Amino acid sequence: MLGYLRRNPSLAVGIVLLSLLALFVIVGNLTVDTSLARPLSVRALQPPSWDHLFGTDRQGRDLLAVMVAGTPLTLKIGFVAGFIGVGIGTALAFTAGYYRGTVDAVIRGVADVGLTVPGLLVLILIAVSVRGGLTVNEMAIIVASLAWLNPTRTIRSQVLTLRERGYVEVARLNGMSGPAIILREMLPNLLPYLAATLVNAVSAAILASVGLEVLGLGPVESPTLGMTLYWINFNAAILNGWWWWWLAPTVIILIVFLGLFFLTVGLDEVANPRLRRSA
Amino acid sequence: MQLAYIARRVLIFLLIVWLAATLNFFLPKLSGEDPVRAKLLQSAQLGGYVQAGLEDMVKVYNQRFGLDKPLWRQYLTFLHDTARLDFNYSIANYPRTVGQMIAEAVPWTIGLLGVTTLLSFALGTFLGALLAWPGAPRWMRWVMPPLWAMHAIPFFLLGLILAYLLAFQVPLLPIFGGYTAGAVPTLSLGFIWDVVSHALLPALSIVLATTGGWALGMRGMMVTTMGEDYVTFAEAKGLKSPTIFIRYCLRNAILPQTTALALALAQILSGAVLVEVIFGYPGIGALLFQAIQENDFFLIQGIVFTVIVALGFATLILDVVYPWLDPRISYRRES
Amino acid sequence: MNAEILRVERLRVSYDHPQGAVHAVDDVSFSLQSHERFGLAGESGSGKSTMALAILRMIRPPGHIDGGEVWLGDTPLSSQSDEAMRRLRLAGISLVPQGSMNALNPVLRIKGQIADALEDHGIALSPRELNARVAELLGHVGLAPEVAEMYPHELSGGMKQRACIAIAISMGPKVIIADEPTSALDVVVQRQVMATLGRVQQELGAAVILIGHDMGLMAQFVDRLGVMYAGRLVEIAPIAEILAAPRHPYTEMLVASLPSLERKGEMRGIPGLAPLLRDLPQGCAFHPRCPRAIDRCRGERPALREVAPKQHVACHLA
Repeated sequence: MLGYLRRNPSLAVGIVLLSLLALFVIVGNLTVDTSLARPLSVRALQPPSWDHLFGTDRQGRDLLAVMVAGTPLTLKIGFVAGFIGVGIGTALAFTAGYYRGTVDAVIRGVADVGLTVPGLLVLILIAVSVRGGLTVNEMAIIVASLAWLNPTRTIRSQVLTLRERGYVEVARLNGMSGPAIILREMLPNLLPYLAATLVNAVSAAILASVGLEVLGLGPVESPTLGMTLYWINFNAAILNGWWWWWLAPTVIILIVFLGLFFLTVGLDEVANPRLRRSA
Repeated sequence: MQLAYIARRVLIFLLIVWLAATLNFFLPKLSGEDPVRAKLLQSAQLGGYVQAGLEDMVKVYNQRFGLDKPLWRQYLTFLHDTARLDFNYSIANYPRTVGQMIAEAVPWTIGLLGVTTLLSFALGTFLGALLAWPGAPRWMRWVMPPLWAMHAIPFFLLGLILAYLLAFQVPLLPIFGGYTAGAVPTLSLGFIWDVVSHALLPALSIVLATTGGWALGMRGMMVTTMGEDYVTFAEAKGLKSPTIFIRYCLRNAILPQTTALALALAQILSGAVLVEVIFGYPGIGALLFQAIQENDFFLIQGIVFTVIVALGFATLILDVVYPWLDPRISYRRES
Repeated sequence: MNAEILRVERLRVSYDHPQGAVHAVDDVSFSLQSHERFGLAGESGSGKSTMALAILRMIRPPGHIDGGEVWLGDTPLSSQSDEAMRRLRLAGISLVPQGSMNALNPVLRIKGQIADALEDHGIALSPRELNARVAELLGHVGLAPEVAEMYPHELSGGMKQRACIAIAISMGPKVIIADEPTSALDVVVQRQVMATLGRVQQELGAAVILIGHDMGLMAQFVDRLGVMYAGRLVEIAPIAEILAAPRHPYTEMLVASLPSLERKGEMRGIPGLAPLLRDLPQGCAFHPRCPRAIDRCRGERPALREVAPKQHVACHLA
């Protein structure tokens, strides 16, 4: 396993970055008082010091507490939406790709049209229509509602290729039922690809949720990463020189996205050996 | 055959337009209230100040979408208005109409997005192609990791970082707005520079963030193409290296790359919206942000619709251009 | 007077693989006379296609030429510069690939694919001259002049193959290497293509190396046959001798597996599987499948020896 990691540096880097993040969150939640993430808990606008390692923001939140409390929330939205998206996407993709015909035409049509529409905008429309403040769970569901589009399309094309393989033909001739073929012959072969798609979907979901939050459409009470960015923008933190306020979330978001990105690239290489870097 | 292909594409475009309009109509119904009343309520809560003209708007609204009318009637009226590009008044900026406000913001966004997308696509594609070619100079390998990294970072984050570095730490470029506040738009060189310098940071964020993606994609396509039999045969024919690179590899790899462009448009736009918000660049994105802040529902609807239609149109153009690049498409049925 | 036009001397090509080097071409030597038709037969994975690329010096990493030399006339190819080698391709030695699959650029017209080769070899023609030349070449291979304006996907398999032949003869090379030119075609078209190939070869006065695995095709086309097994050349002899009295056990089984029109009998194959090129048996590569293997075969690798005029065999029993 370690030998493989050496040949697949992207995967290694991705795993390292995400592990660091996990460590931060776990250790943080055990050691830091997360009630300090609520507004008016501490003195406002303090630069980093021993009392407040990441400093404090304008509404009197301890930023370390905010990061520790908020990061898992953002990640949770991403994971939930990503999983739901890929789950639905896989089911639809296999149905469309294996059975073809009108079912395929319909599913593919919907996915194609859906992909032309910028997801963020539709999400904005949905978020604005749903009155009242959003909770973290509602955010996840809203993001999930569009998260299945891309996975459906990409998994479907893989299914189409697999369908023509010899062993599928043999299974069909042996009288295996459609669902059985899908579950026992095709799915196991696609697992690496599905894993890569999942990570990709999670990354996209986090991006979408952070985007919504930056616009002010997120769960306003929660200390998620995106909401922090929103407050930063709202209070013109950059122009005012409160560098510590935006440094922490920026770094953490960077690590999240870079980690997920390298993980995706690494998994892509596992799924498709031809992508391996040539000498 | 070619006509059928174009017809199908136009049909999809119309479908998208219809879908956008329908979404716009039904989504607000989700919450069960109408946005004008909601605004009224909100204003009342804030201490009695009532937005001027709100009474008139309520009247107009009821005329068109009155809850006493059957749903299908409302729907048809809505579709009709949308087709005429009548998006109603802006709730927060009455008596300006949504149409007016959008018309003002669109040129900024088109300017920014148009230039940056073309630039990063061209730059990234060419860079990616070079990176894949064994004959490329060795130092180019080092360009890859930073490109990878920047591709992974969302635009707006890059924007934030750039804003800090280039506008705050080193006050090189202005950080806010489309042009210096209070300046009068003229066609003078000074004003043009003003506009350009304000656009540089947002443009830079977008270009830096997306070029990497195009480069990586193109490199991947090139690697696949270079493994094809016709490239081997081209070499066996004794063709010169540049000939093989351009006529056999690039020419074929550019096809899936163009498809990727069509598919990425939506994503690029989403990212650009956020960049505009961060920099206060007066395009569609900033307008949207403002609309969200002010709870100006009609404006939001109008913007979302406009953007969806614009993207659908751009995709349509690309779809129609594609057969010109790939001779296999116009003759084959959609597989 | 037939002169020697191509000589391959102890050529060795291997590919790097994490689990061991793959010896695709292992110490192969043979020569080709001008005007001669030489066949190179063997199973999939025997190294024949690698031979074609190696002669053209087109082996790419992770493959590399480990040793040996290829002579085109008096010119040693390994010491040529990249540019000199490039100019020799198509003009000196040309390749006819398995064109019915994917050998033609899908986005260029046939005319363009003939023209760019001519241009890169320094032949400047006016548009009118070019059209005439293209039409002439197409005519040589039995294709109508209209084909020039078509794209590859508009042509049938046989037409694509003949277009590739047209390209391969466009500069009058001395050696034509045809790498499985008919594998993906049906028998009728196969015959047409082989007839075309034979005819252009005679008109040009070129030598042909026909690479393939169809012994029947070899029997009808070539003058002399080389049999490859596991990257090694195990027998070379005139085709008539090989068919009548094969000396190597592998060749014998290959010939015996050909169905006969006269007699009826059981289909005879060769038991076992071809070895992985990176995991070759000790001694003679064929001994695990050989019905006549003796102890010496297991330990000592047989060298290719001339056992009769113009007949070479690599077997301890010959």
